[in-house]
Amino acid sequence: MKLHRILALVNRHLMLYKRSPQRMMEIIYWPLLDLLVWGFITLYLARYKEGLPAFVTFFLGALILWDILFRAQQGICISFLEEIWSRNLLNLFVSPLRVGEFLSATMLVSIIKVIGAAIMTVGLAYLLYSFNLFIIGLSLIPFVLNLVVTGWAVGIFTTAIILRFGQEAEVLAWGLAFLFQPVSAVFYPVSVLPPFLQTIAHGIPASHVFEGMRAVIETKAFPLNELIWAAGLNVVYLVGAILFFNVMFRIVKMKGLLVRVGE
Amino acid sequence: MPQTVVEVRNLTKRFERVTAVHEISFEIYQGEILGILGPNGAGKTTTIQMLLGVTTPTSGQIRIFGLDLGRHREEILGRVNFSSTYVSLPQSLTVRENLRVFAQLYQVRNFREKIDHLLSVFEILHLRDTVTRKLSTGQLTRVSLVKALLNDPKILFLDEPTASLDPDIADKTRSLLKSIRAQSGLTILYTSHNMKEMEEMSDRIIFLNKGRIISTGTPDEIMKRFQGEDLEEVFLKVARGKAGLT
Repeated sequence: MKLHRILALVNRHLMLYKRSPQRMMEIIYWPLLDLLVWGFITLYLARYKEGLPAFVTFFLGALILWDILFRAQQGICISFLEEIWSRNLLNLFVSPLRVGEFLSATMLVSIIKVIGAAIMTVGLAYLLYSFNLFIIGLSLIPFVLNLVVTGWAVGIFTTAIILRFGQEAEVLAWGLAFLFQPVSAVFYPVSVLPPFLQTIAHGIPASHVFEGMRAVIETKAFPLNELIWAAGLNVVYLVGAILFFNVMFRIVKMKGLLVRVGE
Repeated sequence: MPQTVVEVRNLTKRFERVTAVHEISFEIYQGEILGILGPNGAGKTTTIQMLLGVTTPTSGQIRIFGLDLGRHREEILGRVNFSSTYVSLPQSLTVRENLRVFAQLYQVRNFREKIDHLLSVFEILHLRDTVTRKLSTGQLTRVSLVKALLNDPKILFLDEPTASLDPDIADKTRSLLKSIRAQSGLTILYTSHNMKEMEEMSDRIIFLNKGRIISTGTPDEIMKRFQGEDLEEVFLKVARGKAGLT
């Protein structure tokens, strides 16, 4: 792995955002709309919060954290799609660039986007709803990191499918993360799910993060068990996604499709 | 005897039932311009893609600078480069920003000076701060050629590099490539559908048809062998199945 090649690609994406402010929409516009709509719904529902303490914290916290996962996934997918849209993929892969370097660069870009989106949503939630995400405490940090890794795994998996099946699969970049949302226990605990969905939810790292977050708010105790589950599952999924990408890349080269991605 | 920089042995590429390239073998010597000629579907692009490591051969061997491409991809690709009309650059970045990214990728030293120098050589220095989207096709082709020369490649793979250029710029581009070759000993592998250009540019030509090499030699030798007045006549004979070798 050569750092200069990773930084070259990161630099390319940062310059893109500087030159094309409309691309900031994915960092500002959608998270802002989500926060406004769901934030006010939360305030409204909070009036009838009988029996549910810390409703605003649960809901707004979940909303912001889900957005972190989604932005992490988007960071990977959009970086890849940018190369397809600009017909630049071949230029990159006829250079000494390695697949691992390419993926590392997209992960770094994803972190930068997550930080940008998180600063904005956390700040706005504080301004609009007096909601301070940091009341969850320092335990928030390892859980947030786990969400970023989950986003990476979904993003790399999605990108591998787009690489293999072309732009027809592009819709997955916007939709695949939401497939996991119902079983990720974002806005409700795993216990409300039917038993068979509970089993699936236990295999999703994000469900352990959101269960953990609720546990922190309710009991103030650090749910180490949930963190270990989330981290363990994330390692498995991230390694699996990277291997899957490598296999797809090999198949694409075998089928001579690399030059045709995007057609 | 010039040094062999590319050695291809029994290279075959099958896509399911179609054999795009069938057991071709050839060499490219240092400093030569080798043209690959053939009708659509002859296997030219597939051959270049295999030489660049973006398509995996079904069988056969590619050695570049004496190294096996499969095992030494990174080392080899750092010393070669590629330009094609069919590949573009990020449209939202300026010319200089795009070139800077590739200079970083290839770890080019003194890249600012290098970029400015090459832009001057291709007479587009005034476009360095222009957003790529605003370039004409001909200007974009020249930027792509600058990108391809950034790392001082020892071998340049050019897939129809002048396809979108007007005759004046195409002529200047050919002269520039020949002059760079004369100065630096650059080896060039070239494809084009412009037969006059192939005659003018190529020291040697490989004529491909249906994935097989049907002839190889200097443009004159090929014209003689196929009893054609020029390469265009030879090309038409081959494409229409009327070629008769002498």
